[in-house]
Amino acid sequence: MEPIEINQLQEYIDSFANKEVYVHLETTNGAYASHFNQDAYNVGAFIRNAKVTYQRGKVVGAGATYRVGLKLDIGWIYAEGVNQFEVDMQKRLLMAGHDREGRLMVALQISESPFQY
Amino acid sequence: MSEHVVVIYPHPDDEAFGASGTITTFREKGVPVTYLCGTLGEMGRNMGNPTFATRETLPEIRKNELIKACEVLDINLEMLGYRDKTLEFESTEEVAEHLFSYLDKIKPSLVITHYPGHAVHPDHDAFGAAAIKAVEKFSENERPTVWAQAISRNHLEELGEPDIQNDVSEVFTKKFETIQAHQSQADGMLSKVRNEADDIVEATKQWLGVESFYTWKF
Repeated sequence: MEPIEINQLQEYIDSFANKEVYVHLETTNGAYASHFNQDAYNVGAFIRNAKVTYQRGKVVGAGATYRVGLKLDIGWIYAEGVNQFEVDMQKRLLMAGHDREGRLMVALQISESPFQY
Repeated sequence: MSEHVVVIYPHPDDEAFGASGTITTFREKGVPVTYLCGTLGEMGRNMGNPTFATRETLPEIRKNELIKACEVLDINLEMLGYRDKTLEFESTEEVAEHLFSYLDKIKPSLVITHYPGHAVHPDHDAFGAAAIKAVEKFSENERPTVWAQAISRNHLEELGEPDIQNDVSEVFTKKFETIQAHQSQADGMLSKVRNEADDIVEATKQWLGVESFYTWKF
């Protein structure tokens, strides 16, 4: 993955608009968060292969982290804290936010075919 | 009954951090060991440091790391095909049946797994519970011994001292090699140690030099 280049990412997001796409969205602070820090809570959310169509997608932010929002006919999807992206060999748009140790904190991925479950 | 050890953990690298010293000791005595690995750690947060994996490439990377680790340990590997972080939402009975289908063929003398309720990660707790349920399916005279591993903060208070405490410092080189086979995960896990110590092997030995288990009472 590469650091986000906002204009290029916006073009990729646009290329999936108004199509039926599969979305992977997750955020997590890990299953050991409260094990290593008793004041912490384990939180996370995960959805894989949500089948949606978005009319508009937009990346906003600067520097270290970005937010990406997708406007659906009857709802929204967004991810906050993404800082890297790539289009993989299967033409899927992968976006993720990693901490300083390279651990994934948030991911938003868009594909025209279902992600392997 | 001939000796055969079956290790039942959900993630590639659980065997490395948790039991690779004990496994090595069994292998040195010529005892066969089979690892029933539940998932491919698809939801791991560590992507290498610097990152070289993505959410989509991680399963294949970890699968290859797992195969390599099992070659280092010279053990049989069965990958059970569950998905990381979802084991607790599966039917315990179905998972237990699945595990029993392997155990019934292998007829192990010893099963190593996580101590349900004291294993911190939901997959550890769920897979440990299913493993114990699977072993319960054996009649009493055929039932293997179970060593259950507890890693919760309060396990000593609640369960007392573990009756099995394997000092694995003699075989620690092998344990370290096994951990390092899981490169995508070792980078992150060992980075804390690396920041604080000059000799990472010695520091890791301090941290992981003893493998403790509770003999399960059926």
